[in-house]
Amino acid sequence: MTDWNNPTEIVRATAAQMADALAAGDVTSVQLTQAHLDRIGAVDGAVHAFLHVDTEGALATAASVDADRGAGTQLPPLAGVPIALKDLLVTRGLPTTAGSKILEGWIPPYDATVTRKIREARMPILGKTNLDEFAMGSSTEHSGYGPTHNPWDLERIPGGSGGGSAAALAAWESPLSIGSDTGGSIRQPASVTGTVGVKPTYGGVSRYGAIALASSLDQLGPCARTVLDAALLHEVIGGHDEMDATSLNAPVPAVVAAAREGAKGDLTGVRIGVVKELRGDDSGEGGGYQPGVKQRFQESLSKLKAAGAEIVEVSCPNFQYALAAYYLILPSEASSNLAKFDSVRFGMRVETGTVERTMGATRAEGFGDEVKRRIILGTYALSAGHYEEYYGAAQKVRTLIQQDFAAAFEQADVLVSPTTPTTPFKLGERIDDPLAMYLNDVATIPANLAGIPGMSLPSGVAPEDGLPTGFQILAPAHEDARLYRVGAALEAALASEWGGSLMDRAPELEVSK
Amino acid sequence: MSSLERTDVARLAALARIDMTDQDLDRLSGQISAIVDAVAKVAEVADSDVSATSHPIPMANIHREDVVRPSLTQEQALSGAPAAEDGRFRVPQILGEEA
Repeated sequence: MTDWNNPTEIVRATAAQMADALAAGDVTSVQLTQAHLDRIGAVDGAVHAFLHVDTEGALATAASVDADRGAGTQLPPLAGVPIALKDLLVTRGLPTTAGSKILEGWIPPYDATVTRKIREARMPILGKTNLDEFAMGSSTEHSGYGPTHNPWDLERIPGGSGGGSAAALAAWESPLSIGSDTGGSIRQPASVTGTVGVKPTYGGVSRYGAIALASSLDQLGPCARTVLDAALLHEVIGGHDEMDATSLNAPVPAVVAAAREGAKGDLTGVRIGVVKELRGDDSGEGGGYQPGVKQRFQESLSKLKAAGAEIVEVSCPNFQYALAAYYLILPSEASSNLAKFDSVRFGMRVETGTVERTMGATRAEGFGDEVKRRIILGTYALSAGHYEEYYGAAQKVRTLIQQDFAAAFEQADVLVSPTTPTTPFKLGERIDDPLAMYLNDVATIPANLAGIPGMSLPSGVAPEDGLPTGFQILAPAHEDARLYRVGAALEAALASEWGGSLMDRAPELEVSK
Repeated sequence: MSSLERTDVARLAALARIDMTDQDLDRLSGQISAIVDAVAKVAEVADSDVSATSHPIPMANIHREDVVRPSLTQEQALSGAPAAEDGRFRVPQILGEEA
């Protein structure tokens, strides 16, 4: 039982426990919010998960929730539970940078739909979390404001692009956060920080007000420390939005019910497909899977089998082209989306003679190297004479990958793999080698190309380095609930073996006063 | 299929309106060229007889009545602008100095 008068215990509770305690009157939202703000004050100097902390706004929301609860007003399920937002979501009145110097100091005049839904759910917004600039990266080292550090080992990457959102969870700075996943930016940070992250079906969560990277791939989703918490947040942010033309016009899948069902531990009749090309043997794309990653993956498979699931092997031969197609489609769309940073309507301006020279100087000063690399690559891929060779071929790969998934889902209800080939690497290790950095995403990218939902949850720590490993689950489009059922079953089986959650084993961070 | 040369990168950067110094080109050209070489793998399927996918989930266009709805005020729309004047975005001169 959590001692709700003890701030150290408060920040280690799950969001579901916090919501129950609030409803029961065991704790106030001001207490919860203050405990997290104090935690941020104590550890974020070392972790740097946050780019901006909104102490005043978070406490004001918390106080209003407490007042309404005291007056007997009916409140939404997560009212009063704090949350952190990736700094890619625009927030009216709060700075929004997308991790880029070109937007330093910008205060958006409107809210993203997800921001609005979180405000309507009466959740105190603790602040905005760090990311690779415009979500381009797998380590947060491409942030214009300095990297985030992995709470498991401060010298290592927290993943990316949503490293801030994942590290905030792993450092007990927030129970929930929002991420965005274009090629793995929710799932890979979850994997390397021992947390849970879900990329919903493309269109399942509105992207209105999310600063666009690659519009045919981007998807917002929930980040949490447990599968049930992710499901609770998924139901807050999901659903149709007429402000986003790609928003699915369908009800939010019943993911909370699926997580509760899965936690009972019975997967009888569920067919689980191991993707041959992603299981980490040397024939797979990318090869080079760390031994501990493979070991924990196999152990998780055994747990799923013990829960009654049938394990089958499936093959997706065209995944060998996924990384190449992704690094053509993404830069192409990004080069177009980032054209709006033109020094005219918002953001930085380096005034140098004519407007054209001013644009060139501003974008030189405002963008970091990774953004420049990708804009130039995209400009090339879309240029006359190369379009069919690159972008056209990449779009054909997309079709082939969708066909691979369709065939695989004939044989299996969900597909599984390790989320990332390795545990978190050291900050600086791959910063000058973009291609090595891109290999982080080899297992997560196919889901974005096909628009299907995916989850990463902890499978343990690698014996060789004691760092977290992640287990990825993929489901057909619109079948997000399957991720939660299987994920919750695995989480329950592992927790029972470990005698608690993986995060209980995370090292203590040094607290500064 | 040939790698990108330094002059190609300089030309593309100019098209994308990103000024590049010689140092920038020294640093970035080789990396960009290596990425182009790696992604050229997609050419193996360029001639295959499959349709292109531009959008992962099939969906139809959404329509609404063509009526005015609440939107940002002029003041809000200009609130983040580097420079504004008389309710408009103010930009540096748009014609070259030699004009």
